Amino acid sequence: MTVLAVQDLGVRIGARTIVEGVSFEVAREQTVGIVGESGSGKTMTVLAATGLLDAPGARVSGTSTLGGDEPVQLVGARPAVLRGVHGSRIGFVFQDPGTSLNPLLTLERQITESLETHRRVTRREAQARALELLDAVGIPDPQTRLHAYPHQLSGGQRQRVMIAIALACDPELVIADEPTTALDVTTQAQIIELVHTLQRDFGTAVVWISHDLGVIGQVADEVAVLRDGTVVEQAPILDVFDHPRQEYTRDLLAARPVLDVAGPHPISDAEPLLDVDGLDVSFTVSTPVGRSTVHAVKDVSFAIRRGTTLGLVGESGSGKSTVAAALTGLVTPDRGSATLAGADILGVKRSEVRALRRRIGLVFQDPFSSLNPRSRVQTSIAEPLGVHKLVDGTAAQRTRVAELLEMVGLPADFAQRYPHELSGGQRQRVSIARALAAEPDLLILDEATASLDVSVQARVLDLLARLQDELGLAYLLIGHDLAVIRRLSHDVLVMRDGAVVEHRPAEELFAAPEHDYTRALLAAVPPVRPRAAT
Amino acid sequence: MTTTETTRVSSWRLLARNPVTAISAAVLLAVVVVAVFANLIAPHGINDVDVPDALQPPSGGHWFGTDELGRDVLSRVLVATQASMRIAVVSVAFAVVVGVTVGVLAGYRGGWLDTVLMRVVDVMFAFPVLLLALAVVAILGPGVTTTILAIGIVYTPIFARVARASTLGVRTEPYVAVSRAMGTPEHVILRRHILPNIAGPLIVQTSLSLAFAILSEAALSFLGLGIQPPQPSLGRMIFDSQGFVTMAWWMAVFPGAAIVVIVLAFNLLGDGLRDVLDPKQRTIAEARRAQR
Repeated sequence: MTVLAVQDLGVRIGARTIVEGVSFEVAREQTVGIVGESGSGKTMTVLAATGLLDAPGARVSGTSTLGGDEPVQLVGARPAVLRGVHGSRIGFVFQDPGTSLNPLLTLERQITESLETHRRVTRREAQARALELLDAVGIPDPQTRLHAYPHQLSGGQRQRVMIAIALACDPELVIADEPTTALDVTTQAQIIELVHTLQRDFGTAVVWISHDLGVIGQVADEVAVLRDGTVVEQAPILDVFDHPRQEYTRDLLAARPVLDVAGPHPISDAEPLLDVDGLDVSFTVSTPVGRSTVHAVKDVSFAIRRGTTLGLVGESGSGKSTVAAALTGLVTPDRGSATLAGADILGVKRSEVRALRRRIGLVFQDPFSSLNPRSRVQTSIAEPLGVHKLVDGTAAQRTRVAELLEMVGLPADFAQRYPHELSGGQRQRVSIARALAAEPDLLILDEATASLDVSVQARVLDLLARLQDELGLAYLLIGHDLAVIRRLSHDVLVMRDGAVVEHRPAEELFAAPEHDYTRALLAAVPPVRPRAAT
Repeated sequence: MTTTETTRVSSWRLLARNPVTAISAAVLLAVVVVAVFANLIAPHGINDVDVPDALQPPSGGHWFGTDELGRDVLSRVLVATQASMRIAVVSVAFAVVVGVTVGVLAGYRGGWLDTVLMRVVDVMFAFPVLLLALAVVAILGPGVTTTILAIGIVYTPIFARVARASTLGVRTEPYVAVSRAMGTPEHVILRRHILPNIAGPLIVQTSLSLAFAILSEAALSFLGLGIQPPQPSLGRMIFDSQGFVTMAWWMAVFPGAAIVVIVLAFNLLGDGLRDVLDPKQRTIAEARRAQR
């Protein structure tokens, strides 16, 4: 039975066509996946199809019919009709569970809100339903949690609550817009399982939006691949994976980081470059009930050899970024030592700081905020040149910046652009060029490709591999995506709650993980083949 | 790549697109020109006493009429506007320099420096504006320099607050962390990364503060604590007109109108600048326009 039928949907904002000719149907117990890179119009499509689109000047064409006993046309419906449908017959789960919940309301209030709006239930009945839902989405000790506030839950638990809210009125359809993108891999795997179970129990139809084909492969029965607002390929999941008909789909599949790729060639004769021993970092944080200490990094030791990559893996809160911050002087460790080619990094004298900083480059995750929006690319890349007085005169500086841009595969005239005139991948290349400007020995890449589209990520990873070969750079590659880590790392260190869980050569670790946690991380990575194939 | 053309709409063009803002800017430009050349434009001397011609209504010879001593009101308004603008600009400049320095240092360094500086700012905030100004004038005696200092001190804490709040937002940006990690000296980080990125709210605040500075100067002069006679000032002119309001309305209305026009123009320009410079407001403003 068809729950939602979308026909020839289009969205135009002013003269621009954002979405064009999108059609799909989703039936009971079925999941339709919509996959595409950023800006492909995935979110616009479902917002328009459900009447939630609130962009100024947007015009929606086509039809979107919510089926069942009382079919409702959602495109162009009056606000009163839409209010009756949203929350009641269509539930929504959005990407960021941190901001989608109201921080001032208890979970009970948030779950019962739509119940009290749509189903004339008593307070007591609503409370009973909320308890039932919290239990169904797997929140431990639901009775107590009912009166908890969002900040008392972890990210994964918050997303479970979001799902509970979406399911509160027993909707026919749930729209899930990147529901696992902000979560750790192990949590992502749990949420995917949860949705499967709930779908089986309640028969809900799901439209699942994601940029990640791996996730879509785990959840969807049918997939629509979106590019620039049009569907390039639409087929059952297995067909898309096994017989992609379009070049673009093939590229997406190929660019997707998967675990069974070969890592870099092992290097055995490299001399040691960075040596970290017994690193210990703790922070004092002020809370309403007084000061408390967070032990972020506990007794971490590792070494990185010249020309090799150490992959530092961990979930959010594992302390992996704090290690990077300690090595670059952004936080002061309590204990431990770190030497770069024999020179002490942590206990360094003020006068020698700058010379040492020069040898460690840093690239952050977010290409949107790691460049000063008010500086041209030229200024950003030239900053380390000026700080370390590496070139004399503007002409020499210009030449060097052009050289660096060429090194990261960008045209020299990009020097005159501002960050907002670049795409995410281009910005990340500029960040890498800036990190390379002072000719460092070691690059710290903190989730450097995590917010890029898969196709862009693949190219940036290629670039990093090439630069390592050409310049003999060592990388400290910090990430949560084991497939990305696998691609570049010679050695891997797994962290959890600030401590080292497992630290071995990459080949061995991926072939035979020793620790349970490492195994759990590996198991949570979406497999190459979609779930339907097994 | 494709975003290049669409996002390059400059702030100036956005500013010009809003008619209210554009008109405010034009009015202010005119006021500035008039103020700068006040002495040349003024048809009569500001202190040309002509008793037989006293309290004449607006006419071809005296567009704004004459006061109780037969002095030309138009000439006096022009010169008074010049004085008001000069005091407002210099005092706000003082407030910007001191306030931003304090705010940026407090926000960027944090710790005890932040605590100390901000408590001082809190104390300054606790005084009513005019009372604080009165205190400064009482200590240093009335006059132009004192007025500038008084208004400047009064507006310093506002800039310190705005600068500190914006700095707190910017200092945790990854590009600042990258810069620190590469060993960039602090003053370079402040100049290159912090200041340009907190400029937006500060420019808006400057425009709004100029409006209030004009008002404060008028109030101080009205009370006899600002510009001293026989130098004309807008506030003093209104004070002097009190006894003649029923028979010579022009003595109060024209200086009052000058204050209203300048203050309103600065306020509206401030609002317009906020729309343009604050990206969040910018989207909202554009959205509203698109819906029309």
